[in-house]
Amino acid sequence: MIYEVFRQERKGQPFQHAGSVEAADDRFADVYAREQYGRRGESTALWIVPRSAVMEIHEFVDELNRNYHRVDGYPLKEKLKEARERTGTAAAAGDR
Amino acid sequence: MNEQEQQLLLEIADDELILGWRDSEWTGIAPLLEEDVAFSSIAQNEIGHARALYELVARERGITADELAFDRTPDEYRCAQIVELRLLDWEKTIARHYLYEEADEKRLARLKGSENAEIAGLAAKVDREEVYHRMHAQMWHDRLQEEPRYIAALAELRPLLEQRGEHTSELPELWEEMTMVRRSQPAGTKW
Repeated sequence: MIYEVFRQERKGQPFQHAGSVEAADDRFADVYAREQYGRRGESTALWIVPRSAVMEIHEFVDELNRNYHRVDGYPLKEKLKEARERTGTAAAAGDR
Repeated sequence: MNEQEQQLLLEIADDELILGWRDSEWTGIAPLLEEDVAFSSIAQNEIGHARALYELVARERGITADELAFDRTPDEYRCAQIVELRLLDWEKTIARHYLYEEADEKRLARLKGSENAEIAGLAAKVDREEVYHRMHAQMWHDRLQEEPRYIAALAELRPLLEQRGEHTSELPELWEEMTMVRRSQPAGTKW
């Protein structure tokens, strides 16, 4: 069985994926993960998760193209420029 | 440190050095890659423990740890027969590992109670690493304990734990290999 190992470097920090170990069962995974990711003081804690328990999602559908939900989907600079041109305040804004 | 204490430390150091050497023979050929990493690490720890123990005795005698580890003749080693054998079957290797760790735990517990603070301190330090070895040995033991081949290996090897003084013919062979590089240069060579 493959187990995914996550490790926390210091207390309070988020767990990050460290790698994986192949082990016959949970106990072997415990020992092998300690050996590879925890013995040299590099971790304060480990999460050891059977790979089969990990839910994966790869596709994120956006059929209505609502790109304003995304951080890169609403270019404020362009919209401001357009608005200023419409109201004729572009020059005044540029003077300040 | 009295002579008796020195002999006891040498006994343990020789056990750890020779066992570490034998266990390291699995590096690269263990049954699973993860096990290869884990068992090689255990082998390296044992040799590290041997080094620390040799250093304590060497200081008492005004020599170096290397001289103790490599410049004695095979019959001067104090190790038990169980660590000398080249075991090419995994179940036998695990049986030895389990028997050795079980005995070593009791020995270390006594050593931790030593009146000599330095000996007690070193025993405590070594024991902290041995905790991992025992976890590893116990997990394999629990997995294999119903297997007839493993049960037979335990029965075959257990009596050798107490066999000290007389060596098997496998120790001189191991010694030849182990000290080959050191003997290739004149005594006193600085590495």
